[in-house]
Amino acid sequence: MNDSQRFTATSFTRAKETREKWVKFLMFVVTLLMAMPVILLISYLINKALPVLSLEFITDIPRNQMSAGGIWPAVLGTIYLVTLSLLVAAPVGVMAGVYLNEYAKDNWLTRLISLAVINLAGVPSIVHALFGLGAFVLFAGLGESVIAASLTLAVMTMPVVITSTREALSAVPMSFREASWNMGVSRWQTIRGVVLPNSVSGILTGVILEVSRAAGETAPIMITGVTASLTFKQGESVYYLLGEKFMALSYHLYYFSTQWTPPRLVLDETSGDMVPMTKAAIEHAEAIPYGTAVVLLGVVLLFNSLSISFRYYLRTHRKW
Amino acid sequence: MVEDTPKLSVGDLRAWYGQREVIHGISFDINSNEIFGIIGPAQSGKTTLLKTLNRTLEFTAGSRMDGSVKMDGEDVYGIKDVYGYRRRVGMVAPLPVGLPLTIYDNVAFAPRSFGMRDKDQLDALVQKCLEQAALWDEVKDRLGSLGTKLSGGQQQRLTIARALSHQPEVLCLDEFSIAIDPVTTMKIEDVLKELRESMTIILVTNLVQQARRLAKRTMFMLNGEIIEEGETEHMFSGRAENPKTNEFVSGAFG
Repeated sequence: MNDSQRFTATSFTRAKETREKWVKFLMFVVTLLMAMPVILLISYLINKALPVLSLEFITDIPRNQMSAGGIWPAVLGTIYLVTLSLLVAAPVGVMAGVYLNEYAKDNWLTRLISLAVINLAGVPSIVHALFGLGAFVLFAGLGESVIAASLTLAVMTMPVVITSTREALSAVPMSFREASWNMGVSRWQTIRGVVLPNSVSGILTGVILEVSRAAGETAPIMITGVTASLTFKQGESVYYLLGEKFMALSYHLYYFSTQWTPPRLVLDETSGDMVPMTKAAIEHAEAIPYGTAVVLLGVVLLFNSLSISFRYYLRTHRKW
Repeated sequence: MVEDTPKLSVGDLRAWYGQREVIHGISFDINSNEIFGIIGPAQSGKTTLLKTLNRTLEFTAGSRMDGSVKMDGEDVYGIKDVYGYRRRVGMVAPLPVGLPLTIYDNVAFAPRSFGMRDKDQLDALVQKCLEQAALWDEVKDRLGSLGTKLSGGQQQRLTIARALSHQPEVLCLDEFSIAIDPVTTMKIEDVLKELRESMTIILVTNLVQQARRLAKRTMFMLNGEIIEEGETEHMFSGRAENPKTNEFVSGAFG
């Protein structure tokens, strides 16, 4: 074989190249297919929601037996849920994850706890709802309230935070810890100075997942405090006390799609009389669940982008 | 030659990982301000031995040890302030570990953890340690950049600077040169000769010639036992007591 022949294609190399091309093409197509449902879903939702989508829809209270107006009380309820459950689940989950990964010795108790955490993550949300009803609503005497629902969500999402925290921590090379311990730096100082800064992205990813789940879950809040409609007066500022029932986007969506029927007579705001709904008003009302879904997506996106920008801030400012 | 109280005194030391005994009852002394070489092939218990010296073996799950380690005559395992004790022993691992902090913070991390807050004091210490590790001139203009971005040889010198940052009395180097080039190695070897004035150095090495260049006394370990210990020159003279030593230092096995 001389030099000019050495690099010429043989049937073997040609077959290899063809296979390479096909595999790459196949994976590209699958990736595209995977993105399709997301694009279709969002465009379908937005298209259907167009009649109601406006800033007023988000900031206004429901009117005329919910057939008109906005969904602000539900938006606010979801923000309450996410914030409160985050306030509980994030610190507890992260601390438990740090303990399990950094301090706990590998013994039967640790293994039992790990097993419990994994199982807790697998419990269906409706079962969590029942637990929340028993533990928070009845036993702790919180009643059906926003705090009881948030705590139920916190219990449900905690295993996700614990698991992702542990994953993130165990991705930090052992040699970093050893280098630090060798210098007589204590475990906690090592965790704070070396381990946590290097795992904060992963931990925040867990928190982001928590947010998405807490905002979207319907079952756990259904029997722990959410309600389909609350009456608000015109011009009154909307807020919930922790012990009050509340509205939430996910339940609002469920209620509107399955239970709600257009009222036969609605109040005509100009004349003050009760009149039958116009065709346009009915169309508007039918778009409300789609609008709610879009807003729900927006709220999740908002919380996620907060976490993501926080993560970005940490990365750039601390040069991790 | 041997002083009254050795700097480190190891007595009948044994160590286990689970059921497997990796160090089988060894005893030896290391004097103050000497460079003490430990040579031996892989799996002979050298790294484990170093971990028992600075009390970090306990971080390995399933490990335990028996026997005594004394520093300046004081039982090391009876010391309450284990963090304070670990400060007295500097440790440099085989592969450079640049902590993902800035170069400055890499060196200032340990002193800060012991409560040194004063900026001027820290600045002076960081500079001194980096100078001692022969790295200052290369990094003095970019102390704020990431330590992990340095080259392998620079990171190893950063690791040494870090080990010096807590001003140890004993410096353990565990095959420090396997990841760095010969020129840098020689640079660090010169540094070690200077450091010997102010501290005791334990040099674990796979390069038997490195032990010969630096160590006054050398110990040859094999499978968790001491085969021979004595003046380095004697061991390398081909007249060592144990034929295995002669074979190892001449490169016949290992």
